[in-house]
Amino acid sequence: MNMPLLILLTALKITVILVVFLTAIAYTVLMERKVLGFIQLRYGPNRVGPWGLLQPLADLVKLLFKEDFTPPMVNKVLFIMAPMITAITAFLPFAVIPFASQILPDTITVYGQTLDLKAAGLNQGVIADVNVGILYVFAMSSLAVYGAVLGGWASNSKYSLLGGLRLSAQMVSYELALGLSIIGVLMLAGSLSLVKIVEAQKNLWFIFLQPLGFIIFMIAAFAECARTPFDLIECENELVAGYQTEYSSMKWALFMLGEYCHIIVASALATTLFLGGWQGPVLPPIVWFVLKTFVLVFVFIWVRGTYPRFRFDQLMYLGWKVLLPLALLNILVTGVVILFLG
Amino acid sequence: MEYLFYSLAAVALISGALVVFQTHPLRSALWLIVNFFAVAGLYLLAHAEFIAAIQIIVYAGAIMVLFLFVIMLLNLRQPEEELARPRLGLKIAGITVAVLSAVLIGMGLAKVVLKPVTELPVGLGNTESVARLLFTDYLLPFEVTSVLLLVAIVGSVVLAKAKLR
Repeated sequence: MNMPLLILLTALKITVILVVFLTAIAYTVLMERKVLGFIQLRYGPNRVGPWGLLQPLADLVKLLFKEDFTPPMVNKVLFIMAPMITAITAFLPFAVIPFASQILPDTITVYGQTLDLKAAGLNQGVIADVNVGILYVFAMSSLAVYGAVLGGWASNSKYSLLGGLRLSAQMVSYELALGLSIIGVLMLAGSLSLVKIVEAQKNLWFIFLQPLGFIIFMIAAFAECARTPFDLIECENELVAGYQTEYSSMKWALFMLGEYCHIIVASALATTLFLGGWQGPVLPPIVWFVLKTFVLVFVFIWVRGTYPRFRFDQLMYLGWKVLLPLALLNILVTGVVILFLG
Repeated sequence: MEYLFYSLAAVALISGALVVFQTHPLRSALWLIVNFFAVAGLYLLAHAEFIAAIQIIVYAGAIMVLFLFVIMLLNLRQPEEELARPRLGLKIAGITVAVLSAVLIGMGLAKVVLKPVTELPVGLGNTESVARLLFTDYLLPFEVTSVLLLVAIVGSVVLAKAKLR
């Protein structure tokens, strides 16, 4: 297959996935508002369209037409760059997460021309099967902190700065627990490629072999997404809205986009690492993947509706003195068991 | 591939120079991050995916975040006063050192014999080969480094505790 066509088809595939992903984010926001409504015994949005189904569209239009105000004291370049960094680094991890086994046949015929889709893995249910896939995801999620830190600093406001600093301290602390919690999975799968990790769970999901790893991963993921009970960066009663305080209109929307994107990516990653990814009986793989991912997204919302916020010292205590030693213990036990069983 | 290499190398060099020439420490730090990315791209071109990923995670993702953290905490107020102009003696000394080191590096580079690129062994920079080398040939330096890091951690704890008392 010739190069321009290959690039065009890859771009097409990425675009389709991105559009589906963006729609999923928009409806996750609606899902959150609906589920929180049910938890708090109220209806949630139900005016725009049946069951409020057109609410994301209305929200988008509202955000687009709001005044995009840039406060005069800000550092302009960084102020504009910060939301972009947040949104881009939130999207990028999805490039290596496998959402299905094979989505298209090996070859298709269009207008009498046979296209070999095996080139560049166009027929696979993943954009890029990189051999360091999981490290790539961690690299991108470790960059996500820049959006908040730079946004907080560039805003030139004390609430923004404090919010940004808090988030960077929180993310650096929990990245360790997050990274160590999946070492057990990597030892069992023997690969860093997410596709291979899914294939290694053919007979038994890793959640049954790594229950402690799964729990640590989920707690650390909550902290990395800065969700309740770890949403100290934007606790409204002391920091207004954290690093987002000075932002309005679409710039603010990009931060929100990043936040929900992180939730979906974290859920998809937990699905891939611990819940067997797209594997499952009867239903097609992609349905299984979406189902498992959204069960975890539901857990994210459920927790938000259930738990109060931590204090900052409690947050640091939990990260460094509870999760980190537990994650190390998990690695040790996994290593010993693997050594003795073969 | 060559075009990619040269553009990445150009980005690395220019951002590296900008790190030095910025007056604001935060801007220097940000250009250093750009530099890390360009170097990670060069690693990718050499099929060292593991090294590239680690470069981003450790340097751009962790160390630079801490740098930014410190810069922001120490530099809450914008620098108001102008930077002091360097004196003539300092200027002459700086230029002399720069020219001398440029000459020395140039002489070293002139002795390098360029050879045509041979095909690298498959999987040279990937996780498995790096891990194998670390845990066989380089086991002792690897473990000694970990002890060194442990000493640094213990030292920082001691310093932090000493202040509390």
